[in-house]
Amino acid sequence: MADRIFRINMTELTTSIEEVPADWMGHGGRGLTSTIVAAEVEPTCHPLGAKNKLVIAPGLLSGTVAANSGRISCGAKSPLTGTIKEANAGGTAAQMLARLGCKAIIIEGQPREDRWYSILIDEEDVTISEETDLVGKGNFAVVEEAGRRFGDRHGIITIGPAGEMKMLAANISIKDPDGKLRSCGRGGLGAVLGAKRVKFIAIAPTDAKVEIADPEKFREANRVFTKALVDNPISQALGTYGTNVLVNIINEAGALPTRNFSAGQFDGHEKISGETMHDIIVERDGRPKHNCHPGCVIQCSQIYNDKDRKYKTSGFEYESIWAMGADCCVDNLDLIAEADHLMDDIGIDTIETSVAMGVAMEAGVLEFGDGEGICRILREEIAAGTPLGRIIGCGAGSVGRAFGVTRVPVVKNQAIPAYDPRAVKGIGITYATSTQGADHTMGYTIATNILGVGGNIDPLGKEGQVELSRNLQIATAAIDSTGMCLFIAFAALDDATCLPALVDMINARYGISLTADDVTSLGKTILKTERAFNQAAGFTSRDDRLPEFFREEPLPPHNVVWDMTDEEIDAFWDFS
Amino acid sequence: MRLTVRLFAFFRDGRFRERECDYPEGTTVREIITSLGIDPGEVGVIMLNSRHCSQDQVVHQGDKLAIFPVIGGG
Repeated sequence: MADRIFRINMTELTTSIEEVPADWMGHGGRGLTSTIVAAEVEPTCHPLGAKNKLVIAPGLLSGTVAANSGRISCGAKSPLTGTIKEANAGGTAAQMLARLGCKAIIIEGQPREDRWYSILIDEEDVTISEETDLVGKGNFAVVEEAGRRFGDRHGIITIGPAGEMKMLAANISIKDPDGKLRSCGRGGLGAVLGAKRVKFIAIAPTDAKVEIADPEKFREANRVFTKALVDNPISQALGTYGTNVLVNIINEAGALPTRNFSAGQFDGHEKISGETMHDIIVERDGRPKHNCHPGCVIQCSQIYNDKDRKYKTSGFEYESIWAMGADCCVDNLDLIAEADHLMDDIGIDTIETSVAMGVAMEAGVLEFGDGEGICRILREEIAAGTPLGRIIGCGAGSVGRAFGVTRVPVVKNQAIPAYDPRAVKGIGITYATSTQGADHTMGYTIATNILGVGGNIDPLGKEGQVELSRNLQIATAAIDSTGMCLFIAFAALDDATCLPALVDMINARYGISLTADDVTSLGKTILKTERAFNQAAGFTSRDDRLPEFFREEPLPPHNVVWDMTDEEIDAFWDFS
Repeated sequence: MRLTVRLFAFFRDGRFRERECDYPEGTTVREIITSLGIDPGEVGVIMLNSRHCSQDQVVHQGDKLAIFPVIGGG
């Protein structure tokens, strides 16, 4: 089945299936969402207005049997940051859309009337229907009801109450192979889908397969690629402890943001660590190892059960656990799991919302350490859309402005994630220069600054940090276009067979002959496209800065401040 | 001399999480790793007093040594 663009106009309530323009053919995932947003969205438009467009794209290798290729990208102008935005997740949607011949979905316009809609995509057509039953319902209810209507094999892309209420931390959730949820978390893209009045998108299963130009070459490259992933010791640790294995090492390095970014170590770190979580999961008959999309061989997800051995949450990530744990000083994994589950159901970003809770704690809205209070606010304020719930649901910057707090850890109004930039300078460069606001996944310098992957660069020194962040941001933009999980990067950085095999798979899929240099050029082109959009929206290098307090408040235990100069930061963009 | 040794992830299996240990003056990190029955080739990151160090580093009285296997996340 040839790839097509599925365009959905929510003003006219019409759909069309279009040829893929030649300029877009070589793109997938983030490269495609950013290319389309840059081509079709006015950079100065209101992100929640009719002129913004939400683009959903599987990656270049999605739908094939390539290991770990099931990530789906959502892109738009972000209502949280005002920049271009891409957020990706696992689940089943990417592979299903690719097999239906969908290169990308473009959702544009805005209904004139106060009605909600759902969208069904199958082998025949794209259909818009009015939706009434599920309006106001949580994501789990959407998945359950969609299962009753269409069958359990349908893929689902959905928003919860946060997206319906256009909260700026609202995410887009993707159904996973077990009927649970994965999240395109960052930047408030759920609010964009909510502004389009689309409650959910259902994707029908198909027996169709994506075309592979050279199946034999593809099989061989995938064999080499898969072996590189499986053999990598980091993959093995991820399958045992999940991403939460990081709590203890980042704490040891003095870079675990604690008590709303006022310290770098958390006394309760062992209680929320990956090691402790592993033991709890095993003791309660959960699953330490679990895949978020079919074909994942790393399996960093897990199933975390409550004390009664009943399912509580899955995809219980380091970032979420750090944010509710160390940053809010909650040392109880069960309360953090409850909050994680609530946020999945409400459809709100665990990083943005939990960092916002930390700022709210500093403002005195609730006490540091009050995990019950976090759950109460999620249930009674955010899910209900009270004024306080909307302030917190619009993110850390929103809480800081509403309550006059000056220690507000955001860049371009997006919450800084789980690594303090004072104690890991490379990640500070990524937060500052990322085209999408503070986001560790844009250029994960922690690999080299802390974990000894891809070399070693002293996290506290200035030397080499800009180059490190630049190289990783370029590589990440390319990986995010393939549909691959970013965790392939750990193998790619240290195993010489990994990246060539990935390039071979892309070539075998499309019958082309890209080189590794072409892939690097793709990454650079994506970054430049995104930056040009931001500049046209009014952003300048003055926006590529960390908040003032990072320069002024020394972070214990190393008692370091953010000391990269403006000139050093701006040198990030010195590449052609 | 006495120092604190902390182990992480599967290095804890059959060993310990944190222990006060006695070693002679001049002991290196590698010697401590070997004395614990850990293959130095399996070690990913070592931090001495919260700073990265090499296996050749000599330890001192009162140091806090953290030994991690090869791990990652994010």
